[in-house]
Amino acid sequence: MRRLIGEGELADLAQGAAVLGTGGGGPPYLGMLLARRAVHECGPVSLVSLDELADDACCADVAMMGAPTVLLEKVPSGEEPLRALEALERAHRRTVTHIVCGEAGGVNSMVPVVAAARRGLPMVDADGIGRAFPELQMMMPTLYGITAAPLAITDERGNTGVLRTVDNRWTERIARAITVELGCNASIASYLMTGAQARQALVPRTLTLCLELGEAIRCARAAHRDPVAAVIERLGGRRLFHGRVTDVDRRTVFGFARGHALMRGVGEWADTELRLEFQNEHLVARRDGELVASVPDLIIVLQEATAEPVTTEELRYGLRVEVVGAACDPRWRSQAGLAVAGPRAFGYDHEFVPVAAGGPHLGGASWRA
Amino acid sequence: MPAEPRGAGGGASSPRIPALRIGIDVGGTNTDAVLMAGESVQAVHKTATTPDVTGGIGCAIDGLQQQRRFDPAAIAAVMIGTTHFTNAVVEGRRLAETAAIRLCLPATRGLPPFTDWPEPLRAALGGHVFLCHGGREFDGRSISPLDAAEVEAAAREIVSRGIRTVAITSVFAPVDPDDERRAAAIVSAAAPGVAISCSHEIGRVGLLERENATILNAALRDVADHITSALTEAVSRAGIRAPVYISQNDGTLMSVEACRRYPVATFASGPTNSMRGAALLSGESDCVVVDVGGTTTDVGALVHGFPREAAVAIAVGGVRTNFRMPDLVSFGLGGGSRVHRRDGGPRIGPDSVGYELTSRALVFGGETLTATDLAVAGGRCVIGDPARVAGLDRELVRSGLELIQARVAELVDRVRTGPDPVPVVLVGGGSVLLGSELAGAARVIRPAHFAVANAIGAAIAQVGGETDTVVSLADQSRERAVAAAKHDAVERAVAAGARASTVAIVEVEEIPLAYLPSNAVRIRVKAVGTLELTAAVPCDA
Repeated sequence: MRRLIGEGELADLAQGAAVLGTGGGGPPYLGMLLARRAVHECGPVSLVSLDELADDACCADVAMMGAPTVLLEKVPSGEEPLRALEALERAHRRTVTHIVCGEAGGVNSMVPVVAAARRGLPMVDADGIGRAFPELQMMMPTLYGITAAPLAITDERGNTGVLRTVDNRWTERIARAITVELGCNASIASYLMTGAQARQALVPRTLTLCLELGEAIRCARAAHRDPVAAVIERLGGRRLFHGRVTDVDRRTVFGFARGHALMRGVGEWADTELRLEFQNEHLVARRDGELVASVPDLIIVLQEATAEPVTTEELRYGLRVEVVGAACDPRWRSQAGLAVAGPRAFGYDHEFVPVAAGGPHLGGASWRA
Repeated sequence: MPAEPRGAGGGASSPRIPALRIGIDVGGTNTDAVLMAGESVQAVHKTATTPDVTGGIGCAIDGLQQQRRFDPAAIAAVMIGTTHFTNAVVEGRRLAETAAIRLCLPATRGLPPFTDWPEPLRAALGGHVFLCHGGREFDGRSISPLDAAEVEAAAREIVSRGIRTVAITSVFAPVDPDDERRAAAIVSAAAPGVAISCSHEIGRVGLLERENATILNAALRDVADHITSALTEAVSRAGIRAPVYISQNDGTLMSVEACRRYPVATFASGPTNSMRGAALLSGESDCVVVDVGGTTTDVGALVHGFPREAAVAIAVGGVRTNFRMPDLVSFGLGGGSRVHRRDGGPRIGPDSVGYELTSRALVFGGETLTATDLAVAGGRCVIGDPARVAGLDRELVRSGLELIQARVAELVDRVRTGPDPVPVVLVGGGSVLLGSELAGAARVIRPAHFAVANAIGAAIAQVGGETDTVVSLADQSRERAVAAAKHDAVERAVAAGARASTVAIVEVEEIPLAYLPSNAVRIRVKAVGTLELTAAVPCDA
């Protein structure tokens, strides 16, 4: 089924992307404003499913790289995503036919919409992760040997560079350093791949999932039903905890905001404590010492009653939250997947434990289909 | 310990006799006034708010005179909290056409000024946008150099369009405001008489929200001229020659002149005043304040005598801003809330008879069962004629009052800032609804003068200064960066009128910036001190 992303869909898309952001990924609000303007001026963007994609389609990921807090102040000029895309096309001597969303969680759900609307190209209803991750190589295409490079990077001034690197980790390191020099905010185009590769290496239907999550929250609020339950139902997730934040400890390690929050349970969870480790995203949850969820599965912190997603930066004493766990794409749980984005890839010394006892709890077929 | 061990009256020329102060809170419904000697309440007055600003203030001061005669010359200061500016924005009336100059190019063009504004408000301001070169990176580097000729051309265009007020916003102005200052100087030379609002004096990091606040501030120019003149005139008509101060939303004061230039700083000062007044009246500086009005109840936490601030963007008239607003939870329960009988227990509110309480409630001979009627029937207070509710179903009264108590306890639990039970202070006219047993409360305090806590909060407010910057720790130590921010905050508090010896740092917040290897951190520091009262004359008592 073909769907259009027009002005009316963007708020739901942003809300769903904030849920999949699992505490990080940058605030979708500014991205939504940019996308709204692009769609308003250039018309809606059509969404193409992976099944519909021709084998020889030429797909590219367009995204922003940098610090969310900087993005709040130095907002984009709007044409950077397009300039990055054009530089990528020149580097490959190819013309891109479909825009890919690399990261459905957070602001990067919106940046591809800007590029797609302005170029009049369709978007693929999929993404490269199925959530938010902090580094460029933490993408499903990495598991399939698809290289991020050549990667085009640009700023609002028009400085543009193309990286030809030896592997995706090096692409991340060099692109990150350039981003800092450009003012901690850059636009990138990368991961050029064929339609056949995209079908294999992307996480399907995640933009539709974002739209559905946003819609589920909106409708539940309007009908005075529990929006947290609506999120859990839509994700096929599990309620891990309900409580209030009693302590937050933040520190900066190697330039990343690391820390943990302690929560004291209420209601069904009274007399239990949850310890949440975060590192840009919410990564590990232990309830009374027992590991109940861990990266790469999704740990989603929602404000009680409103289901407004809570970012790692917004965690603070006294906040009443519900913590939801949801299964990641099963490929992240493979040996190769865990090597790229498992607990040890984030410096945690424990094995991956799936979010649901008794094996993966992969909700709705639509999550995978 | 009282929230304010050093009363502002301590600044009087005679240390033994505290200076007299008047606090006035102009709300949407009521205007409350209080006469204070130091921290002691001498007289209180409550009256309906009138459209005539000067008359309303004059009436409030007269009301105080009638309760306790005072020599107008003995008043050392008048502090006023007002909702006039918030209402002007919400109603979109009397706002001036405003030019928004943003120093940013080539960055940020994708989201120009007025993005995501309600169309009627944008149209009311004319939507005049000027994007110019300038602005900074997070670390203070220039995005591009300020182009004086470009700013001057914008200023000339502004004059030719007949616009008389300008908002100047530069990217990362909280890190380095220099571009804004230089642009302001250029505009004021090229367009004499044009009022200028600069974003670094108004908001914090977050370009669109800070710019929105700056534009609203600029648009309030005419309203600010009118209101500040009216307030000053009312005070001087009453024979008072003391300085007039206006409440800001963070619980500190500004001069009338500062208010004329920065009226947006008054947004949401009402709830703040109420909470600060509760702190003084109760002597608690870390507690939860429950403010029960006629229709709604606001619950918030006081930390070190100041309301805890909300973390999220606050919309004023549909425009997102990042003001320092108290973090309150509000719900529809007040003295006028209607009580609905249902199977399985009553429902109370959110509908209310509001200001018609004194005609529609049962105790006043009306036909409507209200929360106040339950409180009277349950013996919590004597209001109107208790005989009129003597026949109410005892079970209804008991379960209704229990419900009210449980709802408030739940909200107290939601806002409290620590795991231990906290003191709970009840203020506002509707607080008579509540009993003294609250789950999660260490103790429940009902201070004297609880109904005019907001005016008292205005009267006792301190003055403060704040810094909010993003710094790189690559070439300076964390300690040095924090010390520099503290120093700036203290200097700003003194510049705002605080006595230097009383200024203390009340808040330091560090937020590491994510996804950056350069070890950048955002540091916010707030300092406050006692207002220096130089015009104090001993009172006649």
